[in-house]
Order: sequence, then C-alpha cells, then structure tokens
Amino acid sequence: MPAVIEVRNLRKTYGETVAVDDVSFTVQDGEIFGILGPNGAGKTTTVECIEGLRAPDGGTISVLGLDPRRDRAELTQTLGVQLQHSEVPEKLQVAEALELYSSFYRSPADWRTLMEVLGLADKAKTRYGKLSGGQKQRLSIALALVGRPKVAMLDELTTGLDPQARRDTWQLMEDVRSRGVTMVLVTHFMEEAERLCDRVALIDAGRVVAVDTPAGLAEKAHVEQRIQFRPSVEMDLDLLADLPDVTGVTRRDGLVFVTGNNNALNAVTSVLARNHIVAEHLRVEQANLEDAFVELTGRRISGR
Amino acid sequence: MSANIATPPAASPGSALWRLSRAEFRLYLRDRVGPIWGVGFPLLLLIIFGNIPSFNHAKHVYGGLTELDIYVPVLVAFSLAILSLTALPSTLAGYREKGVLRRLETTPIGPARVLGAQLAVNLVTALVTLVVFLAVAKLAFDVVLPKQFGGFVLAWVLAAAQLMAIGLFIAAVTPTRSAAQAIGTVLFFPMMFFAGLWLPIEQMPSILRTISHDTPLGAAVRALKDASGGHFPPTASLLIMVGYAVVFGVAAARWFRWE
Ligand SMILES: Nc1ncnc2c1ncn2[C@@H]1O[C@H](COP(=O)(O)OP(=O)(O)O)[C@@H](O)[C@H]1O
Ligand SMILES: [Mg+2]
Repeated sequence: MPAVIEVRNLRKTYGETVAVDDVSFTVQDGEIFGILGPNGAGKTTTVECIEGLRAPDGGTISVLGLDPRRDRAELTQTLGVQLQHSEVPEKLQVAEALELYSSFYRSPADWRTLMEVLGLADKAKTRYGKLSGGQKQRLSIALALVGRPKVAMLDELTTGLDPQARRDTWQLMEDVRSRGVTMVLVTHFMEEAERLCDRVALIDAGRVVAVDTPAGLAEKAHVEQRIQFRPSVEMDLDLLADLPDVTGVTRRDGLVFVTGNNNALNAVTSVLARNHIVAEHLRVEQANLEDAFVELTGRRISGR
Repeated sequence: MSANIATPPAASPGSALWRLSRAEFRLYLRDRVGPIWGVGFPLLLLIIFGNIPSFNHAKHVYGGLTELDIYVPVLVAFSLAILSLTALPSTLAGYREKGVLRRLETTPIGPARVLGAQLAVNLVTALVTLVVFLAVAKLAFDVVLPKQFGGFVLAWVLAAAQLMAIGLFIAAVTPTRSAAQAIGTVLFFPMMFFAGLWLPIEQMPSILRTISHDTPLGAAVRALKDASGGHFPPTASLLIMVGYAVVFGVAAARWFRWE
C-alpha cells in the first residue's frame, strides 16, 4: 500500500535560520504518526510544509498522491489541520464556527454530532473568546475534523491543557483513529507520543534522528534498566554486583538501587528468591522516549 | 460515533461564500465598531446639522442650496470612509494578527471568498446606511433627493470601490489590528478635511479646492454633489476615483499576506 504521506529530504530556511535541514519520513494509512522533538526543532515548519502553507526550499512532499503546493485546493478537502497558533474570531459562537467551517467542504461531517462527541454541545452558543483553553482546543480539533479528512495534522494538540483534559483528548484521538483517519501528531510530550503513536520520528535541529515505534526507539537507545527496592532483610550487595547483567549497585536510605541491561530484572529477582529475600517497594524504570532522545542526541526534549 | 459523524448533512453547494458573509455580518454587528461609527455617527451628525436653523437657509455661495444640502453628500462620503478606512482594515489586520486568516487558509474556502465576504459586509452596510440616510434627510429635514439619480449611484459606487481598495491596501501593508486602525485614522482626518467636513469645498481657498478635487474623498463629494444638484458628475472626478480604485486594488492584491 502506498504511503499516505511521503516526505523526502525536506529543507526549509528562514533567511539565515535553517528551520528544517533534512527531513524524510513516510506515514502509512491509518496510523498515528508522532513528530517529537524539543522546541525549535523544526516540527511546526515540517508539518506546515506538508499542509502546503509553506513552500519548501528543497525536497519533495506527497500527501495522498498530491503535491501540497500545486494541488492545494484539492488537498484542503482531504487534509484536516490544527495549527499551533490560530484562532477563530473572538465573537463567533461554537456552533456558528462549526456550521460555517462545515460549509467549506464537499462532504463534511455532521457538525452537530461532532460538537456532541467533543463535549461542546453545552457550549454551542458560547463565543470563542469565552471558552477555556481545553474547550478552545476541542473546538480546534472539531474544526480539523469537520471536513471528514482522510488525514489529520495536529500540532501541539495538548500543550497548555491540564492533565485531565489531556487524557480526554488522547481518548478522543484514539476514537478518531478507529474511524480510519491517518494522523500526524506533533508534540514535545514523550508521554503523549508513547501513549498514542504507532511510530515516532525524533527530530532535533531540523534533522530526523530516528523513526521507529516508541518501544523500538527506547530499545535502540540501549538505555539501562533502573531497579529499586527495599530488601526484607539485610543483604550482601555483592550478590547482585557479581551478576553479569548488572552494571551497578548502591544502597541509600535502606533502599537498594540496581542498574543493568534488559535482563537485569530477571537476574536480580532470581537471586533474591534464592536467598529468600523479599523485594519490598519494588520499582522498575523502563527506558522511555526521553531516555532514547537523550541517548541519541545528547539533549533533553523537554526543557528540564 | 463513527456512523454518525460519517453522515454528510445536506449542504447546498456554493453556499460557503453566503455562509461566510452571513457569519461575518453577525460578527460585524457584535463588534459594533462599523455600525456605530460608520452608520450611527454620520446619522447623528445629520440630525444635529438638520436642527441648526442657519443650516436650513438657502445660501447664495451654494447656488441656492442650504448648508444641509451641501452636507448630505459629505456625510455620505464620511460613512463610506469610516467603513472602508477603519472597519475593513482593522478587521482584516486583526484576523491576520490572531491567526484567523491562517486557519481559513487551511480550508477549501480560498482567499477570494474571504476578502469577498468582508467587502460584501461593508458594502451592504454602506448601502443600507445610504438608504436610511437619504430617507431621514428627505423626510425629517426636507433635503432634496439627488436629482441626477443615475449619476449619484455611479458616483457612490466608484467612491465605495476606491475607498474599499484603499482599505484593503491598508490591511495588506499593516501587520496588526492596532497599526491598521492607527493608519486608517491618520488618513481619515485629512481625507475628510478635503471632503469638506469642516469647511465646505466651496469655501476653500482655490489652492485647497484644487487639491481637494484630486483626493479620493474630495472627488467623491464633488461627484455626489453635482449629481445631487442635477448634473452628471464631472468626468475628471469619476476618472480620479477609478484611478484610486485600480491603483490601490492592484497594490492590495500584490502585497496581501495571510500571516
Ligand atoms: N516564520 C518564521 N520566521 C523565521 N524563523 C522561524 C519562523 N518560524 C519558525 N522559525 C524558526 O525555525 C526554527 C524551527 O521552528 P519550528 O518549526 O516552529 O519548531 P518547533 O515547532 O519544533 O518548535 C526555530 O528556530 C524558529 O525560531
Ligand atoms: Mg511548533
């Protein structure tokens, strides 16, 4: 099956600033594809080139077989877009906005149903300017979906939302995916990418560092497992330090901290079992996308 | 949810421009700037001027017309100028500043219809104002209606075209709503001066009168006045307005940016 989106050697500069240096990836039909990277990495510029809003300086893009610049009129019918920074007029009501936008498309979704699905029905007569951040975001998603797009591009979908609203939005995205809409999700939250995305492109400084499933990326990074527990009895740490899969053992405040490769947990638990030691408060930290990103670029995604 | 969302409602094709214009018109009324300053204020001035006794005496300098007769075309131009130079550019520049235009750019609506809706809203408002204005002038103050009606309509259409073109140009070259508002206001006062708002064109020294004839509002008022008095508007005034409409229209199209 041909890819829904194909980006090859995309390059985009703003004067001296190289926003996108060399980006290539493909998005398959029906997947949620994540673009993850720190602020200023070139994520927004990349998706805006795909949307046809910006003219690339180099490379080729094809979306559903269309050229985003040349075939813009056709593309707008099948591509739903949520921009990072955009609004509808302050004094336009929710229902008015949805009805208006639905009239732009050849075969739109039923905007009333969409309004209900997105939990905006009781805000139908509320002006955009009076909505909360989460409600604005939901309207923005509704407007991106009202044309019944085959592909939806969502830029910083949950930035600025509280945790509950963020989880609700994730649930919604999963519902949308189940309708067969291919989605490109731009984010700088790893948790979001891990939860939602089938595959993720890690982008740093205008370049693709890696493209893989979230689990694949974490594995690729060869990040160590971190295990911590409180032993039920005093124990000799050398029991663990001698294990080949373990790279380090320390004790602090009655807790034992072990690092090692992917097998470390198995090895540690069998040693403990053999010595009749119970591991209380056991915690295992898996390598996540953040670790992968640090490993692959030497930098953090979030500004922590 | 899948089944429901997938059901296309009965949308009549070609309704996008109509719906956009309707939505914009609603917003226009909610915003109140256009209605108050473009419609209410000129009407208020008419009512004030109409109640000044000396304004209702026929005067020799005006060729037997009253001061009020003289002011009706000026106030008609005033209304057009406010709508075109203030309401139109500040709305569009504000839309650009807030990202409203970019949001529209991602949909199939297209730039022509976005601008078309703005023009439609302002033209309809201007037209309604004109009708109400002339009706009040006639019924309440017995001002004679334009005697050369065709010439009056032509002059009004050209005046509207050139002013809207200037308004679109302002919207094209200003980055923000407040900048557009500032430029519109700064242009408005000298233009209204040459339209004879403070000093009727007939009473201006000849040098000012000559300048006035070449300004957008001076030409508009001159053409509207002649048509009111029963003459076909001077060709020079009509051509000047066509010139402004073309030059600023082309420049606006050339420099307009969605972001
Ligand atoms: N319109 C623009 N003009 C000039 N520079 C820009 C513009 N948009 C983005 N940039 C620059 O390009 C780089 C990438 O920005 P962006 O694509 O927005 O990154 P991200 O979405 O990953 O945060 C940044 O250095 C940013 O400052
Ligand atoms: Mg961004």
